[in-house]
Amino acid sequence: MNRSLRPLAATAAIFVLAYLAAVAVYPGMFSTRVLGNFLTDNAFLGIAAVGMTFVILSGGIDLSVGAVIGFTTVLIAVLIMWVGLHPLAAFAVALAVAAAFGAAMGAAIHYLKVPSFIVTLAGMFLARGGASVLSPDSIGIKHEFYTAVSKSYLLLPGGGRLTVVGGIMLAVFLVGMLLAHRTRFGSYVYAIGGSETSAALMGVPMARTTIQIYMLSSTLAGLAGIVFSLYTSAGYSLSALGVELDAIAAVVIGGTLLTGGYGFVAGTFIGVMLQGLVQTYIVFDGTLSSWWTKIVIGALLFMFIVLQRLIFTASAPRRKVLWKT
Amino acid sequence: MRRVSLAGLARPQFAALVAVLLINWMLFPGFFDISWQDGRFFGSLIDVLNRGAPVAILAIGMTMVIATKGVDLSVGAVMAIAGAVAAVMVVGGWPAWLAVVAALAVGLLCGLWNGALVTLLDMQPIVATLVLMVAGRGLAQLITEGFIVTFTDPVLIFIGTGSFLGFPMPVVIAFALMVLTTLAVRRTALGLLIEAVGVNRSAARFAGISSRLLLIMVYAFAGFCAAISGLIVTGDIRGADANNAGLWLELDAILAVVIGGTSLLGGRFSIPMSVVGALIIQAMNTGILISGFSPEFNLVVKSGVIILILVLQSPMAAGLFRRRSAAKPAQGKTAP
Repeated sequence: MNRSLRPLAATAAIFVLAYLAAVAVYPGMFSTRVLGNFLTDNAFLGIAAVGMTFVILSGGIDLSVGAVIGFTTVLIAVLIMWVGLHPLAAFAVALAVAAAFGAAMGAAIHYLKVPSFIVTLAGMFLARGGASVLSPDSIGIKHEFYTAVSKSYLLLPGGGRLTVVGGIMLAVFLVGMLLAHRTRFGSYVYAIGGSETSAALMGVPMARTTIQIYMLSSTLAGLAGIVFSLYTSAGYSLSALGVELDAIAAVVIGGTLLTGGYGFVAGTFIGVMLQGLVQTYIVFDGTLSSWWTKIVIGALLFMFIVLQRLIFTASAPRRKVLWKT
Repeated sequence: MRRVSLAGLARPQFAALVAVLLINWMLFPGFFDISWQDGRFFGSLIDVLNRGAPVAILAIGMTMVIATKGVDLSVGAVMAIAGAVAAVMVVGGWPAWLAVVAALAVGLLCGLWNGALVTLLDMQPIVATLVLMVAGRGLAQLITEGFIVTFTDPVLIFIGTGSFLGFPMPVVIAFALMVLTTLAVRRTALGLLIEAVGVNRSAARFAGISSRLLLIMVYAFAGFCAAISGLIVTGDIRGADANNAGLWLELDAILAVVIGGTSLLGGRFSIPMSVVGALIIQAMNTGILISGFSPEFNLVVKSGVIILILVLQSPMAAGLFRRRSAAKPAQGKTAP
């Protein structure tokens, strides 16, 4: 097997084992209904995690994802309920705002030469604060479009339902995979993550690519916000609190190296599903409290990071420098 | 080695603090009034110091971590764990001093864990501390079994709300910690070694510095500071709230350190300036509250401040300054 696919295979194997173990305890978990709910419940996280994958592949990090989701839900709610726009028009506005926001962050990272971590931290404050300035209270969305969307789904064999939001997530993952492995932009992202200096020397347009990466991440966070708003039919400035951490965890569990340059969008999908599995198992169990989710996800995160280290030290004869400057 | 001198008072951070305080005074004329009541000082200024103390303490630990080119995202979660340990122990009938020692020890352990991940497993600091940030709140809830554990223990409450020589206890603790830490890093070679590791870890190792031990110590110290902060917050509300204790404070602490002029790229740090940074943040918070804006407005202002600092610190701005004052040598303000 291709050496570079090993972490991905390890993640997939662990997911299958964990799923089988869960099914052994609760046979009811082996159904398309549960799988359909997996997709629906984690749709916003999955979409945001695709954007995060690109950012992390380029060696950066985006802490503003959750805040952008929260901001988008509020903006959509305000546009639909107060301004009276059609939801589709509101979605377009929200995506445009999110894209502009991401582009501004990317530009700041490139031109001001500051770590992405601190710029997106400022972005996080700005988006959360902006959302609460728009409306500190939760706004319910009532519109026939929302009811129509939440009622439509694709019936899977076995009674499972592939909802619209679940479908959007799958589509985003497919597009993300194509973008990462089949386009010039994807190669640029991997090149920058491998080494910024050599990427620049090879002629990668650094400014444009950096801006595009963060634009992509914020736009997908905006899309995740749309999905979240469809999922909850409300806009609230504090919604999706801490989703950036879940997204980062999904990306890392999916086998992407946080130092950049190595990883797969498909791995992130498994990472999201694994988190969904942990949550569903805890719901099925009923006696475990919800805080176990955090502990288990933390433990998984730790396990996968150690696993990656072991695989890389075993497979690479030369020492990979993990201390990025 | 830098010494505190009169010239040091002309730093932009002090100007910023004075400006924020003056704005507060204009919004609220009684802002500088301080009264003596029941054996302690009262007033808005004292309140700024008191409310700013937990972040200031976190910032002291965070400064050391950031000086080694790392970052500790887990301090907020460690605060929650330490608070939970202390509260559960006093409720369980243990003596208060033991609960305090145990909470500090747990904080130290959390820091050691982070340090071990960073050095022994060679993880990036963001990732290594992310593990505890995600799992830590869960652990704290595990300790409190999901409840907000309230207590009436006088010692713990004294740590959060008591006073010493007229000043609130958190302020006294923060000040003492700042002085002790500053002396430890500036009167010994420790500060120099930390800066050496921050500038170039391998070079420092080749120069004979045991960078692993130093890094572990620095993360352990950050965990220790977080535990102190957690004790203060827990004593202040007389209860351990695993969900909300120290929530987002790691970001405030990082912001305080950055405002204080410590380079995020390692190698240059100042503990007193980080404390000033924490006070600037708190003065802004207080100002927004007394001016009647909603507290959420805070976040927008904070992000504005970060952007301003980033622009000022950026190489582009440094280039502009250099062109303006070509005669002067470049100041050490550029982020490398």
